[in-house]
Amino acid sequence: MINWANFISQCFNGLVLGALLALISSGLTIIYGTLGVLNLAHGAMFMLGGYAGYVAYDYTGSYVVAVVAGSLFVMLVGLLMEKLIIRHFYSRPYEDQLLVTFGLGIVFVEAVRFFFGGLSKSVPPPGPLVGITPLGFMMYPTYRLALLAIVTVALLALYFVLYRTRIGMIVRAGIEDAVMVSSLGIDVYKIFTLVFGIGAMAAGFAGIVNAPVVSIAPDVGESILVQTFVVVVIGGVGSFPGAVVGGLIAGEIISITSMFNPGYAYVMLFVAMTLVLVLRPYGLFGTAGRE
Amino acid sequence: MQFNDHKSAGLSRRTMLQAGAGVAGSIILPASFLRPAFAADDKPALGTWPVGSQGDTVYIGASIPRTGAYAVQGEDELKGMQLAIEHINEGNDLLKQIAPKIEKGVLGKKVELVVADSAAKPNNAVQEQQTFINDKKIVAMTGSTSSAVAVALNKFAQREKILYLVAISGSNDTTGKDCARYSFRQCVYGETCANAIGPVLLKNFGKGKKAAFMTPDYTYGHTVTKSVNDYLTSQGGWQMVTNQVSPLGTQDFSQYLTNIANSGAEFIVNVNWGRDAVLSVQQAKQFGLTPNMKMVIPYQIPFLAKEVGAELTEGVFAATDFWWTMEDQYPLAKAFVDAFQKKYNYRPEWGAENGYMQFAIWARMVSEAGTFYPPDVIKQYEKGETFPSMVGDVKFRAEDHQLIRPVVIVRGKAAKDMKNEEDFWHVVEIVPGEGLMQKPDAFGCQLGDYT
Repeated sequence: MINWANFISQCFNGLVLGALLALISSGLTIIYGTLGVLNLAHGAMFMLGGYAGYVAYDYTGSYVVAVVAGSLFVMLVGLLMEKLIIRHFYSRPYEDQLLVTFGLGIVFVEAVRFFFGGLSKSVPPPGPLVGITPLGFMMYPTYRLALLAIVTVALLALYFVLYRTRIGMIVRAGIEDAVMVSSLGIDVYKIFTLVFGIGAMAAGFAGIVNAPVVSIAPDVGESILVQTFVVVVIGGVGSFPGAVVGGLIAGEIISITSMFNPGYAYVMLFVAMTLVLVLRPYGLFGTAGRE
Repeated sequence: MQFNDHKSAGLSRRTMLQAGAGVAGSIILPASFLRPAFAADDKPALGTWPVGSQGDTVYIGASIPRTGAYAVQGEDELKGMQLAIEHINEGNDLLKQIAPKIEKGVLGKKVELVVADSAAKPNNAVQEQQTFINDKKIVAMTGSTSSAVAVALNKFAQREKILYLVAISGSNDTTGKDCARYSFRQCVYGETCANAIGPVLLKNFGKGKKAAFMTPDYTYGHTVTKSVNDYLTSQGGWQMVTNQVSPLGTQDFSQYLTNIANSGAEFIVNVNWGRDAVLSVQQAKQFGLTPNMKMVIPYQIPFLAKEVGAELTEGVFAATDFWWTMEDQYPLAKAFVDAFQKKYNYRPEWGAENGYMQFAIWARMVSEAGTFYPPDVIKQYEKGETFPSMVGDVKFRAEDHQLIRPVVIVRGKAAKDMKNEEDFWHVVEIVPGEGLMQKPDAFGCQLGDYT
């Protein structure tokens, strides 16, 4: 029997979770789409954003400063990572790329554990967003409502950059055919660095805005990484709209299944992924032949 | 058999024949028949015995979760073990009160700990211990902090004939249906905790209440939830209105909490552990479920209060193994808390106490038995002799290798009542162990063979 109040609440949970997944996945998918590198350190980027923001919050007590610091720090890490390490792996086999990003992820996680310890850290939501808001069908944490708005704005900003600016056009062209872009006299490597930075920043931003919901710990990015991969597969590799739609689908599947039996939430998620792979192997919004 | 090993090759034919006879004999004869046939030095090789205890140093292998949802608790547990090793090797007074026959080391050997990160995953733990057996010829193994690991290592210990000192494990199965001759548990578990905290809940909150359970999806979660629910329904007429089962390592509990919000529950019995507990407690507050619904923690999580803050644990009842303020009552606890705090700059949580005690008990049993030969050490445990611990006198139950020991009921203090930054819990009651345990065979324990 369906309890409708519960059903609507769970749809809402799915929306919040889905929006967050969409944001993290869009970072992963534009990096993979443009550079062809599957960044297994993406979960660690999410975690780094949380910690950088936590440090900034600790010093200033300001949520806004924490969000800006968290995002910029991870963007910087992303830029350096691409320039110093990833760049040397573009022409190497996939396995090498996976290993190096996986390894970097471990280094980031353990470095954080070394400096901050394992105890989880909380970043409280800003004053006006503390507490609970009655929605009629349920009481909902105010900050989670705000999170939905914050993430939506971030996704819109990302959309604007990708679809309404010259750089975005080059990036999208790079996703379709990097060699062609380079033949047109555009410095593809500069674009690659930038894309990696933006992709990392999306994860870092998500990491800090999510910190008031899920307190941060060194391993916080691990399970997120798996979910984001599923989202990217469902949405289609390299597709920004795919990441957004895939994220929302994944969020809703997890939440609505949880209403009946939480034990099957992830089973259903992987069933959905399998179905997509069987029916549309390149994902809902992917293009055949795109890598 | 390692044929490339120079030493064992030197012993050659006779040993081989003896071992062969031993193997053949153990198939035909019951173990009790076989034993007297060999003089002390003529026992057949068993597990890592005697190779493991022939050098100056004996090794104990530890698979500790140092990453993942139980990492924080794993580190604390490891510190307790390391302190115990240090105390064993220096012949410390505290350790001598538990194991009077130790000198500097056990039976003249220094003890050393080798450690690997299990991430609370059974497969990792078993592989690590296999490596320790191959490389270090460990005489005992330890680790867990997830009962899934404990149960896996129980089986592995029994197969490899190497003692397993269960670290943190709250599942009934560890000394129940998955018990092992080679495994021993010091700490409290689902059934004893349920029977200890149950009466306290009924006394404080009355009968006929509605409870929502939050259960991590593995042996620990399911057995603890069952024990607690059985007690509350049969003794207090409570009703389980929902049971939210989540995988170990869940980060976002919004779906589960939404279900609970719509369930009409008055209580949340939160069986989640480690980081899962921290996040579910914090998020229950975010969703406005607590403090309207009362939270109950039937199996205490080290550092929970430190991580979520006293505001969220205030008034919460929990069942645990040990809390540092018991130092006022038990001299051994006082000595332990002081030594631990001096070395690590914080007061030990119960994982550390459990780790320390398990090693101290092992040192006692080996030194009393006078040998590292596993069956003799096991029989020393099974004698059920009473010995002192940090929670008073305790003894092992021979039938299932569970320590008979009290369960400590604590309640979260308000921040304003805390006397120092770690004074989170008030000890409500220390419930003697005997009356809390199920009958030895009630959970289907079959210990298995000595050899």
